[in-house]
Amino acid sequence: MSDPLNKPPSLLGLSVSNAVMMTIFTLAFTALMAGTYLATKTTIAASAETEKLRLINEVLDPASYDNALLQDALQLGPTPELGLDNGGHIWRARKAGQPVAVVMEAVAPDGYAGKISLVLAIAADGKIGGVRVTEYRETPGLGDYIDPKKDKNKTAPWIEQFRGKSPASLPLEKWKVQKDGGDITYRTGATISPRAVTNAVARAVQYAQDKRETLFR
Amino acid sequence: MSQNLTDVAWNGLWKQNAGLVQMLGMCPILAVSTSIVNGVSLGLATALVMAASNGVSSALRNYIPYEIRIPVFILIIAALVTMLDLAMNAWMHPIYLVLGIYIPLIVTNCLVLARVEAFAAKNGVLASTVDGAAMGIGLALLLGVLGGIREFFGNGALFNGIELVIPGTHAIQILSGDYPGFLFAILPPGAFITLACLIAAKNWAQARKSSSVRVEALGCAPGAH
Repeated sequence: MSDPLNKPPSLLGLSVSNAVMMTIFTLAFTALMAGTYLATKTTIAASAETEKLRLINEVLDPASYDNALLQDALQLGPTPELGLDNGGHIWRARKAGQPVAVVMEAVAPDGYAGKISLVLAIAADGKIGGVRVTEYRETPGLGDYIDPKKDKNKTAPWIEQFRGKSPASLPLEKWKVQKDGGDITYRTGATISPRAVTNAVARAVQYAQDKRETLFR
Repeated sequence: MSQNLTDVAWNGLWKQNAGLVQMLGMCPILAVSTSIVNGVSLGLATALVMAASNGVSSALRNYIPYEIRIPVFILIIAALVTMLDLAMNAWMHPIYLVLGIYIPLIVTNCLVLARVEAFAAKNGVLASTVDGAAMGIGLALLLGVLGGIREFFGNGALFNGIELVIPGTHAIQILSGDYPGFLFAILPPGAFITLACLIAAKNWAQARKSSSVRVEALGCAPGAH
């Protein structure tokens, strides 16, 4: 009979003890992660909301409405007209109960490096309040001037030319970059990014016109 | 077994610099070093994760069975990165907006696992934490230098994006406003070439130092001729 203390552990015993240790470590670290998640959940939700409002305020004058914009949301299913394959939101801005504008999410599927996500505001009279890109991977220093933060022209960023335009002031068939026979300027060196944004904005304006009855209600 | 902490720190910062010598963590080095701010911020986040993961792994090293150490180390690193990601999102939101997409990448940075496996598994908690922090800061310095060179040639300005981290400050325009920019420096090939130049410079500095030591040694022994 050999001394049990000196017996090398059997393969089965080793596997079982390792499996037990692995389970203990997994449970312990999962608990730590869950704890952190619970501790940060409310702060993260709040800052995501502020971030969203800050962005919305860039496209829509906060003085022009008085409702809790983020609570007055239309949940959209997949909407190909806006390029939203996975659905999105439309927020309705009201002043004294009257609809004044909608803030819409839209996606330009044909950027130079994939999708470009946009947020834009369209007033009840069809005028664009503003457009901002929220997510994109366009080439730094070339196509990324669609983002006013990256645009070298700080006094008149490219994307600001949409502000105040409406289908009444500019017929919808002119909502194209100049290279495609439209009225929207672009800068030498990068046509694809501004073209994608311009076309997505035009589609969103068209959509807002078609769905006027439901959106401004 | 215990090592001199100064040696450990110096190893991490310079002698065994993660990017210049070990050439680990190339993914973040090349992807994030487009500006000083981006590079240093990710470098510091990595340093934080490395110090924590080295410290925790070292403290638990006697309880981790040898056969399953790699999955346990990965578990520790992934948990710490997740916690850092959540904590930064909650309490350092402006920086999180800049670095958000890169933080999960720290998990895939082989440098973190490499230091846990090569150092923390064999050394004490304090030395391991210092090693992780020094390796991370060495990486942050390299990312800062690399980012500075790339944004200088790319945009003609330094500290682009600093206003996102420290409100009220702004980038320093070095070259005149109508500098056309040199896109190549900002794109990934610019990162490869700049890093190669830095590695060459370090090797040159080291070769020069060791050859001057040799010359001195010869000079000290004229009688040998």
